[in-house]
Amino acid sequence: MSGQPPPPPPQQQQQQQQLSPPPPAALAPVSGVVLPAPPAVSAGSSPAGSPGGGAGGEGLGAAAAALLLHPPPPPPPATAAPPPPPPPPPPPASAAAPASGPPAPPGLAAGPGPAGGAPTPALVAGSSAAAPFPHGDSALNEQEKELQRRLKRLYPAVDEQETPLPRSWSPKDKFSYIGLSQNNLRVHYKGHGKTPKDAASVRATHPIPAACGIYYFEVKIVSKGRDGYMGIGLSAQGWDKHSYGYHGDDGHSFCSSGTGQPYGPTFTTGDVIGCCVNLINNTCFYTKNGHSLGIAFTDLPPNLYPTVGLQTPGEVVDANFGQHPFVFDIEDYMREWRTKIQAQIDRFPIGDREGEWQTMIQKMVSSYLVHHGYCATAEAFARSTDQTVLEELASIKNRQRIQKLVLAGRMGEAIETTQQLYPSLLERNPNLLFTLKVRQFIEMVNGTDSEVRCLGGRSPKSQDSYPVSPRPFSSPSMSPSHGMNIHNLASGKGSTAHFSGFESCSNGVISNKAHQSYCHSNKHQSSNLNVPELNSINMSRSQQVNNFTSNDVDMETDHYSNGVGETSSNGFLNGSSKHDHEMEDCDTEMEVDSSQLRRQLCGGSQAAIERMIHFGRELQAMSEQLRRDCGKNTANKKMLKDAFSLLAYSDPWNSPVGNQLDPIQREPVCSALNSAILETHNLPKQPPLALAMGQATQCLGLMARSGIGSCAFATVEDYLH
Amino acid sequence: MACLLETPIRMSVLSEVTASSRHYVDRLFDPDPQKVLQGVIDMKNAVIGNNKQKANLIVLGAVPRLLYLLQQETSSTELKTECAVVLGSLAMGTENNVKSLLDCHIIPALLQGLLSPDLKFIEACLRCLRTIFTSPVTPEELLYTDATVIPHLMALLSRSRYTQEYICQIFSHCCKGPDHQTILFNHGAVQNIAHLLTSLSYKVRMQALKCFSVLAFENPQVSMTLVNVLVDGELLPQIFVKMLQRDKPIEMQLTSAKCLTYMCRAGAIRTDDNCIVLKTLPCLVRMCSKERLLEERVEGAETLAYLIEPDVELQRIASITDHLIAMLADYFKYPSSVSAITDIKRLDHDLKHAHELRQAAFKLYASLGANDEDIRKKIIETENMMDRIVTGLSESSVKVRLAAVRCLHSLSRSVQQLRTSFQDHAVWKPLMKVLQNAPDEILVVASSMLCNLLLEFSPSKEPILESGAVELLCGLTQSENPALRVNGIWALMNMAFQAEQKIKADILRSLSTEQLFRLLSDSDLNVLMKTLGLLRNLLSTRPTLCILANIADGTTAKDLIMTNDDILQKIKYYMGHSHVKLQLAAMFCISNLIWNEEEGSQERQDKLRDMGIVDILHKLSQSPDSNLCDKAKMALQQYLA
Repeated sequence: MSGQPPPPPPQQQQQQQQLSPPPPAALAPVSGVVLPAPPAVSAGSSPAGSPGGGAGGEGLGAAAAALLLHPPPPPPPATAAPPPPPPPPPPPASAAAPASGPPAPPGLAAGPGPAGGAPTPALVAGSSAAAPFPHGDSALNEQEKELQRRLKRLYPAVDEQETPLPRSWSPKDKFSYIGLSQNNLRVHYKGHGKTPKDAASVRATHPIPAACGIYYFEVKIVSKGRDGYMGIGLSAQGWDKHSYGYHGDDGHSFCSSGTGQPYGPTFTTGDVIGCCVNLINNTCFYTKNGHSLGIAFTDLPPNLYPTVGLQTPGEVVDANFGQHPFVFDIEDYMREWRTKIQAQIDRFPIGDREGEWQTMIQKMVSSYLVHHGYCATAEAFARSTDQTVLEELASIKNRQRIQKLVLAGRMGEAIETTQQLYPSLLERNPNLLFTLKVRQFIEMVNGTDSEVRCLGGRSPKSQDSYPVSPRPFSSPSMSPSHGMNIHNLASGKGSTAHFSGFESCSNGVISNKAHQSYCHSNKHQSSNLNVPELNSINMSRSQQVNNFTSNDVDMETDHYSNGVGETSSNGFLNGSSKHDHEMEDCDTEMEVDSSQLRRQLCGGSQAAIERMIHFGRELQAMSEQLRRDCGKNTANKKMLKDAFSLLAYSDPWNSPVGNQLDPIQREPVCSALNSAILETHNLPKQPPLALAMGQATQCLGLMARSGIGSCAFATVEDYLH
Repeated sequence: MACLLETPIRMSVLSEVTASSRHYVDRLFDPDPQKVLQGVIDMKNAVIGNNKQKANLIVLGAVPRLLYLLQQETSSTELKTECAVVLGSLAMGTENNVKSLLDCHIIPALLQGLLSPDLKFIEACLRCLRTIFTSPVTPEELLYTDATVIPHLMALLSRSRYTQEYICQIFSHCCKGPDHQTILFNHGAVQNIAHLLTSLSYKVRMQALKCFSVLAFENPQVSMTLVNVLVDGELLPQIFVKMLQRDKPIEMQLTSAKCLTYMCRAGAIRTDDNCIVLKTLPCLVRMCSKERLLEERVEGAETLAYLIEPDVELQRIASITDHLIAMLADYFKYPSSVSAITDIKRLDHDLKHAHELRQAAFKLYASLGANDEDIRKKIIETENMMDRIVTGLSESSVKVRLAAVRCLHSLSRSVQQLRTSFQDHAVWKPLMKVLQNAPDEILVVASSMLCNLLLEFSPSKEPILESGAVELLCGLTQSENPALRVNGIWALMNMAFQAEQKIKADILRSLSTEQLFRLLSDSDLNVLMKTLGLLRNLLSTRPTLCILANIADGTTAKDLIMTNDDILQKIKYYMGHSHVKLQLAAMFCISNLIWNEEEGSQERQDKLRDMGIVDILHKLSQSPDSNLCDKAKMALQQYLA
């Protein structure tokens, strides 16, 4: 389907939102004019990332003494080591991202506390402090990066915010006869080892997430010590302790009991033993020096921790949770299971009645197109598949027009149009209206809202970089590069009017050629509108606004076309059609423009700022009214607070709350409005296609939480081409 | 018509010939070429998937007419192509169909067709040829009778993915043995086929891969070439390794593992190369798992047996991989009791593969246990292992019996097992049975196995002797097959070692002096050495010495005795024995060896003097026994002469 609109995605946005620290507490709107304090406040309010003191569970002295036997590369700090140096003052926004490499997903990097995946400073400092992460140890950083890369590649389906992967042994979950070193990867025995009662074990920091599908780690026997009684395996949490091990001295496997079963060969100094947990069929097998030894355990319980047990002095083993390449080709094994699972999905029986399946899919596609207002495509699709479109074409166009306004940042007009076309809609949805108004406020700050723009403001550069990359599948898909047009409008050139209507996002199927000619004629039309007329938008002149917008609609399938006629192949590239001469001209013009001018509040116009402040007051009043009428609403409160926080910074775009100004944030607003309109027509809030996708995604998440490992090899993205 | 058919078939089929079948054939003779074409097309549609119809048409003489039309210059290309398609369809039927087609000389006609410029026609001819050559009734030599065929086929490899697929398939089925390999190799098979391994078509890749497996088998020349071939900047072994990744189809994994195995066995890849140790071997072990089809398990086990046969390290790795030894035990569970009751089709399938599975398992066990004592122990400790081998020894299938004997032989290299498991399971009994009336290939392994069971410390020795082993082994020494002669005499040698007099006497009597002499002049050096060994072991009785004395009467034999210090020492020992008769016999030997009139007597005298024989002779000349005394004096005179 070439006309497939961009799958839209709120997750990323949410993550981005999480990234930014909360706005300064002092800025909470109280009453009256809300002009928060300057940014200086923010430094103090940033989260302090200082690692805790080095108070380990067991004495540092003991650990250090034992370590003398097996000196780790970075010498441990003296017992009376001073607390680690205070961290450098964290810069406001970027402080949240630690030194992990670029591939690190934002979610991971920002992860709070021990759940943050990589042995964070806090985690290590909480231990015996044998090996704090030295600052600027590049080799170590490199290892961390490699670990991160490998884990991401091996277990792409794991959400480490929810279920972190094991990366080292846990200094907290270990017997006192166990010593750890080398970033908690090396384990040595430090007891007497006289009787079997002296056996001791340590487990990894986290249990194995089911979403791994297949999980694997390796342990190298550095020294077999006195008797070589090493055991490698898995253990469960809690009182009802299950544990599973493979022992070096006799090659037996032990399953939650003291008596072993003959399993494999013995192992000793120099051998690398691997342990693979298959979370799809709940089995486990071991490897020795890269050779699979066959199934050791079946019917494994969920949430097992990688574990090693030692029993006699001198036993030392090193773990590899992905820090280094594995000796065994685990990826080959994973490939086999991926193929198996995907074959299962492909062969899943679908409906017995012929054609039913196809009709259902066609309906889903059609409803998706209608939902997002791709009327031309929807019409063409319905025609070729013999379907009826449930909604009237005019209605679709109306929704599309409103959506375009929202996505262009022209919230005032959008609200206006909505009220006009769907008179009672916003009245019945005060919360939605509030949301739209807050967004309008943000757009005013941005300088994009019509009310501000007409006051001569300039638009910020940030808007030019509207992302066009493909996104997940749940928010409306149109993402025109509105900023550009507005920018030009604002620059006050005579030619700006040309572009006033070109912000729409169009449907990919329509051929580009046909459009260009169509556009040309439109350009002439639109150039008839002169700038003052356009700019002098005022509340009472809705008629004119309507004229303007209807003109806009006529041009809807304009040269910001999607994919088909473009060089771009993603199928829904919106904006910057480079083949258009005039546009190119504008591009260069703009660049000069923006390099000279800093982005300014409300486009830099004093009048606009005043208008904005006035609007802010109204909004505050509205919020209070809303609370009185409908009761407290924390979401609304936060929304307003965040929006007002923008004013706390001299450069809101680069502030911790600056991402609100990102045009991508228009999408959820747009989606909410669109859904509300559809609901009034008794049409589904969500297109069934998006619903199905969402359900599949949720289902996979549920599988992960329920310990069903096959979710690892069935990502929804694999099936979206 | 010209086609020859066995009468009974013709009769039975003829009775069922329908009018419609005849109508199809009649239309091939229509004077209007357009109608002929339509007739052929209709025939094509009528025979697809209909074996009865195919047989009918063949009986009614459609084949010669189709071949005539196919070769006729006046025929349109379209007609020719349709004819080839119908013939290909007929070949898809029963083996009898293929025989009928071969009898009508279809192969030269189709090969001729390959010279046409028309690709569609060529493809149809190749498709038909492919079907015929892949039939077991077609002699593969037919591909090589015309020397121009192979080069032409090589040239056609570039034409289309269909020519590629069919030609590779023909090659892989018709390449049997080193002669065929050499022909194909010399015509550039490696270069022409290598790049097909990266074809977009799975079928082409697969057939090309199969080609390489048959080309490389036991062929160092091809294998050495293959390791250095580059395809798209990658070496062939690397491409094979990619093809045995676990997400690839099983057929592809198995075939590429075969290629790497054959290249390794041919010496082109080291046995410690990662692509063997970490890729090929584990892949083959996986092929033995219960999840695979029975055919795949057979092939997997056989290929793995072949791969690890000569290398103890590979045997050790295989023995710990995925519980292979236990996995193989499952090969003996077909047909299972469940399959018999629930599913007749399944039972049939299981029965068909049961023999193959058992022999493959025995072969792999034999390879696994070839060198390592621990592995042998593990194999024997596998559930019911010895019982299974014992059962295997008396199976009707020669293949299974042979493999079972091989397996037993491999395990019999263990001293400990000889003393324990082998004794507990009275392995010798079925073994002795195998040795009666078995084909040579089984006899060779079985007798070599018997050698181990007859070792002095083996508890099986006694019962084996009692069951007539001596006669049997003596019989083997008279075999045409040198391997059997060696094993026979070898077993006798083991048997005679420190044996009681009765056994030694039995051996001598059964073997007869004439046979001993023949063996001493055997062309096979191994036979000779073992015969001398036997003599040494027998050298404790007077008759043997007499034999020796007689042997020492011939020139060759004298040389042999003189070069065998063991025997000389024995003779010397018996000269000083307390038993006069033994002394006397030894004296005879010496006399014969130093007799002056014989060639080379001087050297022999010198050597014996160096050994201290002269001193003994002097001593014996003082003997109270007059006979002995005289002999000694006579011997001394030879020195003086």
